[in-house]
Amino acid sequence: MLQYSLTKKLLVLVVLLTALYYALPNVLSPDTRNNLPEWMSKETVNLGLDLQGGSHMVLQVDVETVFKRAYENMEDEVRIALRDEGEDLGYRTLSALEDRVVLVMTEYDSVSPARALLQKSIRGVKFEEDGLSLALQFTEEEKNTMRHQAVGQTLEILRSRVDEFGVAEPLIQRQGADRIIIELPGIDDVERAKSIIGRTALLSFHMVDEDRDVNRYIGRRPPPGRVVMYEKMTDDAGQEVKIPYLLKKRASLTGYNLANASSGFTQTGEHAVFIRFDAKGTRQFGELTTKHVGSRMAIVLDGEVYSAPVLREPILGGSASISGNFNTTEAQDLAMILRAGALPAPVKFAEERSVGPSLGADSVAAGQNAIVIGFIAVMALMMVFYKGFGLAANVALLFNVVLIIGFMTAIGATMTLPGMAGIVLTIGMAVDANVLIFERIREEYKNSKTTVAKAVQEGFASAYSTILDANITTLIAAIVLFAMGSGPIKGFALTLSVGIASSMFTAIMVTRLLLTFWVQHRRPKTLKV
Amino acid sequence: MLRMMPENTSIDFLSKRKICAILSSIFLLVTVLLLGFKGLNWGIDFAGGTLVQVKTEKQVEIATLRKAILDVGIEGATLQEFEGSGGELLVRVPEKDSENANATVTAEKVEKALNTVAGGVEVRRVEFVGPQIGDELRITGLIALLLSMAAILVYISIRFEMRYAIGAIAALGHDILLTVGAFAFLQKEVTMTVLAALLTIIGYSLNDTIVVFDRVRENIAKQGKMTLRDILNLSVNEMLNRTLMTSVTTLVVLLALFLFGGGVIHDFAFTLMFGVIVGTYSSVFVAAPVVLAMEGYYQRLKEKEAETPGFMSSTEK
Repeated sequence: MLQYSLTKKLLVLVVLLTALYYALPNVLSPDTRNNLPEWMSKETVNLGLDLQGGSHMVLQVDVETVFKRAYENMEDEVRIALRDEGEDLGYRTLSALEDRVVLVMTEYDSVSPARALLQKSIRGVKFEEDGLSLALQFTEEEKNTMRHQAVGQTLEILRSRVDEFGVAEPLIQRQGADRIIIELPGIDDVERAKSIIGRTALLSFHMVDEDRDVNRYIGRRPPPGRVVMYEKMTDDAGQEVKIPYLLKKRASLTGYNLANASSGFTQTGEHAVFIRFDAKGTRQFGELTTKHVGSRMAIVLDGEVYSAPVLREPILGGSASISGNFNTTEAQDLAMILRAGALPAPVKFAEERSVGPSLGADSVAAGQNAIVIGFIAVMALMMVFYKGFGLAANVALLFNVVLIIGFMTAIGATMTLPGMAGIVLTIGMAVDANVLIFERIREEYKNSKTTVAKAVQEGFASAYSTILDANITTLIAAIVLFAMGSGPIKGFALTLSVGIASSMFTAIMVTRLLLTFWVQHRRPKTLKV
Repeated sequence: MLRMMPENTSIDFLSKRKICAILSSIFLLVTVLLLGFKGLNWGIDFAGGTLVQVKTEKQVEIATLRKAILDVGIEGATLQEFEGSGGELLVRVPEKDSENANATVTAEKVEKALNTVAGGVEVRRVEFVGPQIGDELRITGLIALLLSMAAILVYISIRFEMRYAIGAIAALGHDILLTVGAFAFLQKEVTMTVLAALLTIIGYSLNDTIVVFDRVRENIAKQGKMTLRDILNLSVNEMLNRTLMTSVTTLVVLLALFLFGGGVIHDFAFTLMFGVIVGTYSSVFVAAPVVLAMEGYYQRLKEKEAETPGFMSSTEK
């Protein structure tokens, strides 16, 4: 006999009420929402960047730079080790390349002893002997550790930069081995955000080679250990000019030892950024400026000379200033970036997607329109083709939409435009389960000439496995999409999966409850088929 | 209750299987040729590059706009009116020099250029995808397609016999290929959302097929004496009303998306509409005939075995 247990009735009721509880705030105006009684939920569904506007960026961390720098340091370590403990081991050359350090000995006999000596002091390196030369390379394991650390540090620094920039609810996370995702909702000055995020902000101090004429090396290969860098300036006529400097390639000091940075004005009224070293930096800076009094030292930021003053006296207080061509915002931003720290490696924008707030609002409106219109059209079709049964299916459909939105709100999922499309698609496909059931009831009634109640019961019973098979295939596709897709696509996969699950629940449980009620109370003798 | 189709139809769908096979083959051949000669129009998601969506105050001819953009030094840009929303324009710039690519700068240039000819330009969306990410997305997309097909194949072969799985996969491949073919023919842009739509078609296309197969399985158990051909025909006929009803409701909501969902969702809706139509056709005219053909193949295999005793059986002895 057609029955519907009390437990099932209660289950449907509880699910419906819970869904309503979470879904309701989404359709209320902000004012009404704020005036809701204490016990009611006020949360609305999170909107994705494509709906509320904002910027999504993927940064590629240039880890090769970290390796390169590490090889330069290794070169020093090798030199020190050979000087301190390997006096009897003569070598011809020692050089750091992009991906290895190469040591060329003078005698074949000293290659192996040199290797044994270096193996004691330098860790995480594999050695390769070839004739007179000995090559040192980081092991893959060591490289992975370095990569992991570099990306981790970059992540932390970017986080503090973004925090200082003041974006509400930013998302910053690692992606894969060497990428970082940054999401900045509601941001409008993308250009400024990018200049703050994308800058390495590595400050370095290089001694100027004043013995040689820099002009001889412009556009030509500089002498070994030297490099040509430029200072950008505006001349009296307002034209931008570039002043070249011949600098020592190796920095005498880098900005990794900064304690603080702030923006302000120099005595001549120019915008400037004042920096203060930490204890170690102060000591090193003091030593450097003492040693080179009377020489010219260039202050370099990310490969560009900001100024190259002559050191008049030792600077022991640990502070310095960077002046250059910047306006208030630029000086403030630079101070902020320096405070947050230099990135251990340069970053590159590998992907960027920015949506303006007006397009987001338009998309929300368009998505809502499509949902409402699609919904009404499907309801009308069901009413025309299935009459009373159609009405039951429509109630279930309404329930279905409330359930999807309520669930999305409750778990704090993000709604995207493709996600809204997923809801629309679900509406179209959700009635399928009911269509299957109704067609089955019709067949049962016609073929077996049984009572209406029996036909309804049989209809439901035999449609189950078909409904399950048909929905599971779509669910498999949706799950793969969720696992492999990103951003908005994930949103689509999520609403589609949630929609499939909830449509099976509503089509089976809710429609069945309604039809059972109808059969029991109206006791129809015949079914018009 | 109303019906889409008259009651108790007994259309001999399988008699049309030769014509349909020829028709499908022609379309598939055209698709392969299109893919070979014209190729797909990969969007920036997969090809890399910059996309700028702008809204202008005045409607100006594309040619004028194109010239203005060329004048500010952006080369190789393609301009396209944004479907589904008036007065908006998509500008795509292939990024040759990815090291120095700066989407924000490109967007500003485009804005400046269009301001001179159309006025009141609002930059609504900027997207930049580096070539490396583009390649990765393409590979991930392909893996996702294959993976979901494989997962579904496994599911069907567990739930049904192998020959049904083959029938379903034939229908599925047919639908995906023809949809891709439509994109090659129309030179519509293949974006991330289009790929999502293709994956959805995989799920949807099978939905119809499986419902028919479900009924075939049931009818085989019930009607022992009927030939497979008659059972297939009967099952398709029995499910005809449901197949049409579900396709129509799905198409109706997709049409709502296509017309009212806005430009971003336009191609997504198009892809799915195409897929649903082809999917409905293929579950009747591709999946069922393939199952029948497989039956014939099995039959012949058995007969051969019977004719040449000692071949198969002797090896076992």
